[in-house]
Amino acid sequence: MDAPLIELSGIMKSFGPVSVLKGVDLRAYPGKVTALVGDNGAGKSTLIKGLAGVQPYDGGVVKFDGKPVALHSPREAARLGIEVVYQDLALCDNLDIVQNMFLGREETEFGTFDEGRMEKDASDTLRSLSVRTVKSVRQKVSSLSGGQRQTVAIARAVLKNARLVILDEPTAALGVAQTEQVLHLVSRLAEQGVAVILISHNLADVFEVADHIDVLYLGQMVAHLDASETTRDDVVGYITGAKVQQEATA
Amino acid sequence: MSTQKTPSTTGPAPDTSVHDVELIGSGQEGTIGDQARAYVQRLQHGDMGALPAVAGLVVLTILFSFLSPFFLTERNFANLLTQAATLVMLGMALVFVLLLGEIDLSAGVTSGMTMALFIVLVNVHAVPWILALVIAFAAGILTGTFIGFFVARVGIPSFVVTLGLFLGYQGLTLLIIGSGGLYRVQIPEIRDIQNSNMPVWAGWAMLGVILLISAGMSFWDRARRTRAGVPNRTISLVWIKLGVIAVIGGAAVAVLSRNRGQSVGVVEGVPIVVPIVLVILWIGTFVLDRTRFGRYLYAIGGNAEAARRSGVKVMLIRWTAFIVCSTLAVVSGLFSISKVGSVDAAAGREIVLSGVAAAVVGGVSLFGGRGRLLHAAIGALVIAVITNGLGLLNLGAGVNLMVTGGVLILAATVDAVSRVRSGGSLMRT
Repeated sequence: MDAPLIELSGIMKSFGPVSVLKGVDLRAYPGKVTALVGDNGAGKSTLIKGLAGVQPYDGGVVKFDGKPVALHSPREAARLGIEVVYQDLALCDNLDIVQNMFLGREETEFGTFDEGRMEKDASDTLRSLSVRTVKSVRQKVSSLSGGQRQTVAIARAVLKNARLVILDEPTAALGVAQTEQVLHLVSRLAEQGVAVILISHNLADVFEVADHIDVLYLGQMVAHLDASETTRDDVVGYITGAKVQQEATA
Repeated sequence: MSTQKTPSTTGPAPDTSVHDVELIGSGQEGTIGDQARAYVQRLQHGDMGALPAVAGLVVLTILFSFLSPFFLTERNFANLLTQAATLVMLGMALVFVLLLGEIDLSAGVTSGMTMALFIVLVNVHAVPWILALVIAFAAGILTGTFIGFFVARVGIPSFVVTLGLFLGYQGLTLLIIGSGGLYRVQIPEIRDIQNSNMPVWAGWAMLGVILLISAGMSFWDRARRTRAGVPNRTISLVWIKLGVIAVIGGAAVAVLSRNRGQSVGVVEGVPIVVPIVLVILWIGTFVLDRTRFGRYLYAIGGNAEAARRSGVKVMLIRWTAFIVCSTLAVVSGLFSISKVGSVDAAAGREIVLSGVAAAVVGGVSLFGGRGRLLHAAIGALVIAVITNGLGLLNLGAGVNLMVTGGVLILAATVDAVSRVRSGGSLMRT
């Protein structure tokens, strides 16, 4: 197996007296989809926020490309090529698709926007992901459907050569056809060599696209599984705490 | 929500056949007819911009020109522009905070207080007027910094902070001027802003410069888009835009170039305040449309959390917006004392909410994220026309305030309804 792109070990995080992450290990590999599952309150969101630089960890080591890194702000994470697609999408309704995709990292020329270049890059990115549901890149996001918004959010993440894309419940609010589109998009991401971490409650989705499945239970990583070698029942067992993995797979 | 505009794209099916045709449009394609249809569609989605205000302006102009023989005269037109200038400026100042979904109730009294400071420095302490002006602007910047600190840094709602300042600055103005005091503005340069006109040739030259800059920007944008390999809108739209500017601007300059003096002496030319307002409007629009600061104002107004996660320094942008607003309010105060010719202890008090009203009437959203400086300027013109027209009809301040209030509520209703139509309120969680 390849070297992991990102490797977390012994991650700790607590809010006051409540410790949410108690020494968590996690790895994600380029070109692979790693699913992160766990029940509500297991600590998934906290783990992700640390990776995004939004909410730094209290302890533990983060290695990116084998080198220890510090993640203290969204900008630092972005500089490494870590992008997060949040559950609530974090798009600005009043801006159009291009403006949203480039928010916070606009292309400028003499301090003013180079709209043509941004528009070109945005539609190239959408096309590279085989997106064909969006009619115009200058549509306001407020006019898009849930699936289209998710598409824009994911395209935004990969726009600037992201190396690790973290998707937080990307299909939670979507219908069947739209879920299928988004999962297709996730596979395309991995095919492009991006390391993907997928957070989902929907095990059908997880088994459809994931290569590895990591289970978080009450702030501890209780299982690292190969998606091809495990079953739905096993995963449910780990999630609910009914099952415990004897030995972490190396 | 998105159907039938460009027939080249097909339905939303997860069709995965791979032939790389240009599938994603940019909204720039098609003939004038397509563009017009797209515009109508945007209107139907509730993206009306300044259209209601422009319509209101036309209706009011027609109405008052029938009701009063004086309304459509050269003299009154020039008068209207100078009456409106203060409000236009204040409305534009407020756009910067309204875009964030914030409000500044103290912009009016900030203009009043800084002008009180200015005039007392000049008239009482014999400070050179330029130095006094610098101090007045510094006071404006300081005011914005103060508001910004409490709103952006401490996290107090802007409504509360600026309401407090609204009260406090009325007191401060009173202390500076002294109860019952009134100072005349005797600095010729300040009086000239609202009371003198440019030579006739300068008015035409101004229009020429405006046309040149508009054309230059349009063609620069087109060249950049071509270089990036994305389609341009059909070029006839550029000519239409320039034509509209030429016709409206030409008509305005022509009217202002005629002698409007009533007795001996010729009064003609574009009032000096007009190019000042236009320059600030142009710079402000440039910043809002083409720079990061402007874009982030819209982004924060649309979804502050999304902006923060995208790496936007939300606190800093918020803070800066309040500084810009207060600074431009000082300019508005300058226009006001130039027009009125004096400063008293109530300076800036009567205009307090009119600035917000102007912006909202023009189509700037109170909910943040939507609006342009031009909208605020047009909204201010609507209110100025109402004031001016009712004044010509000898209807007093009472009727004026009631009509203006009614227009404001109407405009806010349009804003709220269009927000629901565009799906804005549904998706904000």
